[in-house]
Amino acid sequence: MIKELDNQNVSSNASKISTEVLLDMYRRMVTIRKFEETVYDVYSRGIMPGLAHLYTGMEAVAVGVCVNLKPTDNITSTHRGHGHLLAKGGEPKRMFAELLGKASGYNHGKGGSMHIVDMSLGILGANGIVAGGMGIAAGAALSAKVNHEDRVSVMFFGDGALNEGLFYETANMASLWKLPVVYIMENNTYGEYTSTNRSTAGTGPARAEAMMIPAVSVDGNDVLAVYDAACNAIEYARAGNGPRFVECHTYRWRGHHMGDQGDTYGYRTQQEIEEWMKKDPIPRFGQYLLSQNKTDEAALSAIDVQVQQLIDEAVEFAKQAPYPDPSEVYKHVYA
Amino acid sequence: MSTPERIGTIREAINEALHEEMQRDPSIILMGEDVGLAGGVFKVTNGLLSAFGPERVFDTPIAEAGIVGLAVGAAMTGLRPIAEIMFSDFTTLASDQIVNQAAKLPYMTAGQTKVPLVVRTAMGAGRRAAAQHSQSLQAWYCHIPGLIVVMPSTPADAKGLLKSSIRDDNPVIFMEDKMMYNQKGPIPAGDYTIPLGKARIHREGRHAVVICTSSMLYPTLEAADTLSKGGIEITIIDPRTLSPLDMEPMIQAAKETGHVLIVDEGYRSFGVTAEIAARIQEDAFDYLDEPVRRLGAADVPVPFAPSLEDLTIPNAAQIVEIVNEMLA
Repeated sequence: MIKELDNQNVSSNASKISTEVLLDMYRRMVTIRKFEETVYDVYSRGIMPGLAHLYTGMEAVAVGVCVNLKPTDNITSTHRGHGHLLAKGGEPKRMFAELLGKASGYNHGKGGSMHIVDMSLGILGANGIVAGGMGIAAGAALSAKVNHEDRVSVMFFGDGALNEGLFYETANMASLWKLPVVYIMENNTYGEYTSTNRSTAGTGPARAEAMMIPAVSVDGNDVLAVYDAACNAIEYARAGNGPRFVECHTYRWRGHHMGDQGDTYGYRTQQEIEEWMKKDPIPRFGQYLLSQNKTDEAALSAIDVQVQQLIDEAVEFAKQAPYPDPSEVYKHVYA
Repeated sequence: MSTPERIGTIREAINEALHEEMQRDPSIILMGEDVGLAGGVFKVTNGLLSAFGPERVFDTPIAEAGIVGLAVGAAMTGLRPIAEIMFSDFTTLASDQIVNQAAKLPYMTAGQTKVPLVVRTAMGAGRRAAAQHSQSLQAWYCHIPGLIVVMPSTPADAKGLLKSSIRDDNPVIFMEDKMMYNQKGPIPAGDYTIPLGKARIHREGRHAVVICTSSMLYPTLEAADTLSKGGIEITIIDPRTLSPLDMEPMIQAAKETGHVLIVDEGYRSFGVTAEIAARIQEDAFDYLDEPVRRLGAADVPVPFAPSLEDLTIPNAAQIVEIVNEMLA
């Protein structure tokens, strides 16, 4: 069912990554982890309004994919979007300010956690509608093709989005018209509180292959495996061959949203959560870097300290930032 | 107007606007079911594929959410897509893309992105097409901040308003009454545009004002001739753009005549006529001789049998009767 992407073996792309980039990948993963765990803390203390869907545990997917992208490439994200945005270069300060509904947030506080956009970085938006980014990503790929521009679109989506009609409508056109789109399916085992097994007949890759989109399935907690598959897929799309599909198996530690901790909703066990926490992608990658003599313990600890400082500053910036002026409520309804 | 003009149909006027705009701006693309090779189910897009090629004119699968979804993403990244949804009834299949994505992205992102998109769609009853190919859903889209809703009633307006819609940076729902495609009238040549959000006064009379949208102009004009023979002169105003509404001339006419009838082919309940009536009563109450009258489609799914369908659409005789009643 699941076939290899092509003749390259899994390590061939990853083996070419420079030490500098490897350490940058590690730093980005730590940034996402610390950002999300800080959101957990801030939210739990009642400082952040609204909803929060945390990416904790899935860091290898966003980073393994985005490190392959150029600044001009586009991504679309999901309701669980903080990790994708940070991996594509989003600024923690402006993101945190947005989460707190502040004027200096990315969207002047009018979007919140599920709607952050940075057009200058090719971040076409997190999206509050499941599968909502699929049309946008394919449309951005269409405009790249029409304008003969070197821009690939990557759409991140969860296993839940696989059962939305928009997936089939847009993937069909993307395949038919050979649009430069890469589908990154984050199979984090659950759509809301229902397991993939109970909601999905067959698999994502098989559905993609039915539309002539080559597909592969990888360990989404292994950042180098994700990198390798994404690298092949993105190069394939960039060369004008059409879309590719990568399924990444992973797990979100912090439930569907902040109200879903531990076994509150009875759909998963504490034991299952702990099993997945043992597969934590960050120390796993850290161990790899140490074993390959790419770095040492002191350097990894230093990254930890630097990132923690960056996130602390972002939270402080967000807390101090002013709320939007009331006049903001009627701005930007129309261009 | 000094612009040279010819006599042609609304179908020809829209086709001409599409040709001229695509010629003018290479960032415009056209996509929809059968819009290319077949020239559109109503032949409105005839000749565009041969003129601009498959790089800019896309025959899509039957996938309304996908069509508008791709159009939204293309609009955010440098193109100006025109998406045709064959029947306005089918826009319900794309309503997430229109309502949750296109209409909200500029606001939610504090203006970081624009969605310069036109959704053209054929609306209205009278074609004996039954309940799923005959609706007039303009009120649905008027209800959503962030969308512009345009409904032309003449060939000149169709050309000028479509050009302005294509050039506008907002998502525009452009509703074409399918029974009017053969309606003839002057078509101004060349670069003729009409500003969005401007009503048109078709006729001026001192006794009453009838506000009518889209194809409802024609029974209203017919009614005006009948009434005129009996000595009653009415003002006729077509808002042309339903959102945003150009209330000023409507308020003015309401104040001058004191008698107002509003005719729209959407449902009477919770519809366009209700909104315009409410606004007139807010701003011209003291000038009105009686409550504002409304005429809309009957609040039923559009029936197939011609004898039944005709009972659901406003007609000239009803307009004459209501105006006579108001002035009695």
